[in-house]
Amino acid sequence: MSVLTRPVERAAAPAPPAPSKRRKRNRGYGFVIGALAPALVLHVIFVVSPYAQAFYLSLTDWNGVAGKANFVGFDNFERLAGDSLFLDAIKNNLLLLLLMPAATIAIGLFLATMIQRGGSDGRSGVRGARFYEIVFFFPQLLSVAIVAVLWGFAYNPNNGLINGVLRAIGLDGLARSWLAEPSLALFAVMAVMVWSGVGFYMVLFSAAIDGIPREIYEAALIDGASGWTTFWRITLPLLRDNVQVAFVYLGMVALDAFALVQIMTVGPGGPDGATEVMGLSLYRTAFEYGKFGYASAMGVALFFGTLVFALVALRGNKNRTELA
Amino acid sequence: MKRFPLHLALGFWAMVTAFPLLWAVTSSFKSDTEILTSPWTVPEKPRWDNFGRAWNEASIGQYFLNSVIVVGGALFLTMLVGGIAAYTLARYRFPGNRFIYYLFVTSQFFPTFLALVPLFFTVEQMGLLGTKLGLILVYATFATPFTIFFLHAFFRTLPSAIAEAAFIDGCTHWGVFFRVMLPMARPGLVSVAIFNFLGLWNQYLLPLVLNPDPENYVLAQGLAALSTSQGYQSDWSGLFAGLTIAMLPVLLAYVCFQRYIQAGATAGAVK
Repeated sequence: MSVLTRPVERAAAPAPPAPSKRRKRNRGYGFVIGALAPALVLHVIFVVSPYAQAFYLSLTDWNGVAGKANFVGFDNFERLAGDSLFLDAIKNNLLLLLLMPAATIAIGLFLATMIQRGGSDGRSGVRGARFYEIVFFFPQLLSVAIVAVLWGFAYNPNNGLINGVLRAIGLDGLARSWLAEPSLALFAVMAVMVWSGVGFYMVLFSAAIDGIPREIYEAALIDGASGWTTFWRITLPLLRDNVQVAFVYLGMVALDAFALVQIMTVGPGGPDGATEVMGLSLYRTAFEYGKFGYASAMGVALFFGTLVFALVALRGNKNRTELA
Repeated sequence: MKRFPLHLALGFWAMVTAFPLLWAVTSSFKSDTEILTSPWTVPEKPRWDNFGRAWNEASIGQYFLNSVIVVGGALFLTMLVGGIAAYTLARYRFPGNRFIYYLFVTSQFFPTFLALVPLFFTVEQMGLLGTKLGLILVYATFATPFTIFFLHAFFRTLPSAIAEAAFIDGCTHWGVFFRVMLPMARPGLVSVAIFNFLGLWNQYLLPLVLNPDPENYVLAQGLAALSTSQGYQSDWSGLFAGLTIAMLPVLLAYVCFQRYIQAGATAGAVK
């Protein structure tokens, strides 16, 4: 999914010129139709039409029986507002949204700065930078389901990695049932999201820092600026766009979180709704309870949540970037 | 030695990243008792039979093959229909061009969850629920907007002179696309293909809903099902072996082609 890009110059590429104008032009239209038809047909059947139907279904009480969808207006949404499990889900998604992107971006920025500007002269890359980048990036390539299975094992209270390490270094007292304690479970899930996301954003930020002219850092060093000052006054302002893109992507991940929660947590979504997320509520309501109308209303709520988040995150940056 | 704290910080995160992965790979060579009693030591002797058990009895082999077929088919389809649509939208003027372009690219901003219920019934009514063909079509369709978005920008940057020369020599529109523009777009195609491959290989939500038949499970789905099914909780070593089988090809490919893969994986954000 890509969110931000500079506007493409219009009028860059004119239609191919044709010697005998009329005949060629008609063939051009034939080509255009033939070239676009397969992608368009698939898109309308599997994307446009389902999205459009979802909005209508959210206003019905449909439970999967053909022809038995009664229009109920906004009843589903009124019920949602009083559905305590769904409210828990919203709360958890918001908590993820508040903390996870910030933590991921902070660690990613820190590591990228270290790698790019951590050399002994304060402006070149650190030794072994490439090695670090390769290691940091790897979790990004793993399927989120694989990551979830892996960390489900790692969090196992008896023979998992985390408690194993804690006991090995004598910190037995810190060993926990990470996914079974209501106050810890959501943070355990969040930690996995940060773990798997940091490398990707580190590489993005690292490339961006690499693109900043070295002279700027040299000038700052001559003027006596510390590493901390160059970070706040040079690196961060010049990376503003990249950080914003990262925030939007990570926000979308935080509003999803379905696969990790569904595979890792008890219930799933437990203990006692502590890790419930909107996607999981929707999935359960639709495919376990068969309440398809009500589930669609959850989808619409999730859609508007995402929309509001994207608008807020992109606010104030309209001049330089455009959606898609 | 002034750099020591810095390497400590970088080394710490490298360890946080690598340790769980190494732990899983090591555990896959252990016996069940070793996993239960000494979770973070090296195995006494490597148990290769864990892998055989995972591959055959736990059906990881079957899931792997399913993933290859579904992802391969979808990747080919999205590159073909997305590539040619991107080219047409980027280089031909016709009424509705802008509208169609935005119809594709704006769909990337809609959460998949919103489409889930109607999509399930669409696929069911077409008789494609639980089939590889159904998954291929849906995977390809969901990957196409990004393919178009990325390649659209790429085709715009290509020079027109060669295409014009080909038209003058009597080449058809299809000929120009397949013989002139597609070869010139190779770097962009490679990036977007890698990006799509990773995205499709990692799909979880779509197969979970559209592919309920265990025989047709894709790898991620099958492994997740194994790890949560009660009956399999006892075979820890087999599960770790399955996990390793799922991770290792990606790890090897990454070590060999890491520059391309990093470029491809970040294609969405560093255009």
